[in-house]
Amino acid sequence: MATLHTVNKSPFATKALQSCLAHARDGDVILMIEDGVYGATAGTDLADVLAGHSALKIYVLEPDLQARGLDTGRLLDGVSTVDYAGFVDLAATTDRTMAWL
Amino acid sequence: MSEDVKKFLYVNRKAPYGTIYALESLEVVLIGAAFDQDVSLAFLDDGVFQLTRGQDTTGIGMKNFSPTFRALGDYDVTKLYVERESLEERGLSADDLQEIMYEDEDDDWAEKPSIRIVSRAEMADIFAEQDVVLSF
Repeated sequence: MATLHTVNKSPFATKALQSCLAHARDGDVILMIEDGVYGATAGTDLADVLAGHSALKIYVLEPDLQARGLDTGRLLDGVSTVDYAGFVDLAATTDRTMAWL
Repeated sequence: MSEDVKKFLYVNRKAPYGTIYALESLEVVLIGAAFDQDVSLAFLDDGVFQLTRGQDTTGIGMKNFSPTFRALGDYDVTKLYVERESLEERGLSADDLQEIMYEDEDDDWAEKPSIRIVSRAEMADIFAEQDVVLSF
């Protein structure tokens, strides 16, 4: 009974990602989209926000990364990319989708 | 309830007047109430500010929609979950929230509080029980 959580805000602007992580349960899926993708980059002051959440599956939407000039090499370990079709697959294979606006 | 009733949760995470989210959420809840689903509301993060007592918007020229929450019971919307940690982080307690009551038709129309204070872990469990989650 997994939930897909989408996060579309930068963690430097709002606490949406932090709140999402505080409410996600083991086995849930986090998908960072739009400005949310900044939360998946390594070497930032907030890079350890994702630490300790190895029971979650974490994805970023690749077109949103590319749009912002971010290379997949900049991603934190354990973060995977999906394309739009992959986004649809995630929504279809989880029990509910929850947007952290 | 028939078996095609789904559990709908409206998630409120924004303060009431700085953006339109809170008012829009309430509008959608009222519209959705016509469809006889199992509706709950969740208030967490800045969303807890929507339920504070004593809101007076006369000076800002906006509609004070906080009294409307007290009408939700008439639409069978009687579960308003408020996260304790979000209240405490903002220096609030349950006493700072307005009183919202409903009449329980299964208990001789006894008046009962709609607001239910829950922990962050309980809120996560409530999310995981839902069929549909609508975020505002």
